Amino acid sequence: MEPVVHLRAAVALLGRFPALAGFDLDVARGEIVLLRGPNGAGKTTVLRACAGLVPVVRGEAVVLGHDLRLDPRPVRRHVGLLGHATGLFDDLTVADNVRFWGRACRADPGDIAAALALVGLDGRLRDVVVGRLSAGQRRRTSLACLLARRPALWLLDEPHAGLDHDTRDQLDALIGRAVRQGATVLLASHELDRAESLAHRVVELAGGTTAPARSAAPSDGSAPQAPPRRAPAAPSPEVSHVA
Amino acid sequence: MWRDAALVAGRDLRVELRSRVTTNQVAPFSLLVLVLFAFALDPDRQLLERLASGLYWTAVLFAALLAISRSAAIDETDGVRDALRLSGLDPAGVFVGKAAAVAVVLLALELLLGVGVVVLYGVELAGAGLVVVAGLAATVAVAATGTLYGALVSGLRVRETLLPLLLLPVLAPVLIGATRAFEAALAGVPADGWPWCGLLAGLAVLYAVAGALAYGTLLEGS
Repeated sequence: MEPVVHLRAAVALLGRFPALAGFDLDVARGEIVLLRGPNGAGKTTVLRACAGLVPVVRGEAVVLGHDLRLDPRPVRRHVGLLGHATGLFDDLTVADNVRFWGRACRADPGDIAAALALVGLDGRLRDVVVGRLSAGQRRRTSLACLLARRPALWLLDEPHAGLDHDTRDQLDALIGRAVRQGATVLLASHELDRAESLAHRVVELAGGTTAPARSAAPSDGSAPQAPPRRAPAAPSPEVSHVA
Repeated sequence: MWRDAALVAGRDLRVELRSRVTTNQVAPFSLLVLVLFAFALDPDRQLLERLASGLYWTAVLFAALLAISRSAAIDETDGVRDALRLSGLDPAGVFVGKAAAVAVVLLALELLLGVGVVVLYGVELAGAGLVVVAGLAATVAVAATGTLYGALVSGLRVRETLLPLLLLPVLAPVLIGATRAFEAALAGVPADGWPWCGLLAGLAVLYAVAGALAYGTLLEGS
């Protein structure tokens, strides 16, 4: 089966700086893949390149069947990016924001209402202006916008940042739900305990390229544990590092 | 495209209504400009009446700069530009929607300034047809050009100061055409104003088409 994400020797420039310098990645449908690496390793650039926001100038880059080297725009409608920026309008209410972004990507009105309910924003917060929300509530609003899109590929950049414990659990459950419904998830995180338990596979990055393998096995030499939140429809779990 | 334009226009107008920047800041500022012109030229009441059209459109342009900056700022905040690119909205639709929202705000300001000119400068209204048509054409031209240039300078640290510097020279023909058309209407010789009105309509179409065609590239490049 054709991978959802196929990057081979991918090079992406930020200005003149090669943020990706020959990066390889294959992600199958229904997989949750964690990108791990130090600051500046290129994790965010991988996510943005997969969203068609950063041009891949060399190598192969095919996402959801769309060749990003030819035209990155067609893939955008099918991905959902939850990044550091929220993409929200401070002067509009939570409902206004989710409704606008939902309608922009031609989401079903029922999906927009369901998205608000799924992140717990269908109560009193629904009509609160986004500028008055806490960072975590803004993050939940962004998540609702992503849910309303029903993307085939979730691209999550530090998705747990700014969220309280319960909301992190809720986010993990939503990711599992999306995967069970056929979505694929690529996430970057520094919160490794939570992210690694969520992911089926870990890919190391360093200096914009795939890092050498580093053992993920426990120190006692036993086999790596399967992800506890693994979705039933997902491929068999494997905590591994791509060399 | 039209569906996307309506969606974006509705959003921008809702942001304006909620933030009340136009009513609380832009409108008082533009009235203040009219008052300052009146203070400066008050000793010669006839001069004030004679220059009313030019002073009116100068005040409109100052107000337009603020309205256009506001409109551009909406898409500058916190990742909105990336979200727009990911949304699949037609860039031409986004342009038309943003320009339409700016035009609505400008029309409201022009109405207010029109009342101001009548009250402060003692201008007697005449040639209503020409005034309305010329006003509409000039408004579309200003809104379309402003939206295009707002996107052009977006992402630059110096955009607030660069925007007027780039925009005002481009809008000079609109200022001249609208002023001449209004002068002809107020002087009771509308026949002299219609050619200027034609120029304004041509500029409006030119800027709107250029904006709709170029906006996608600007959205990608910023």
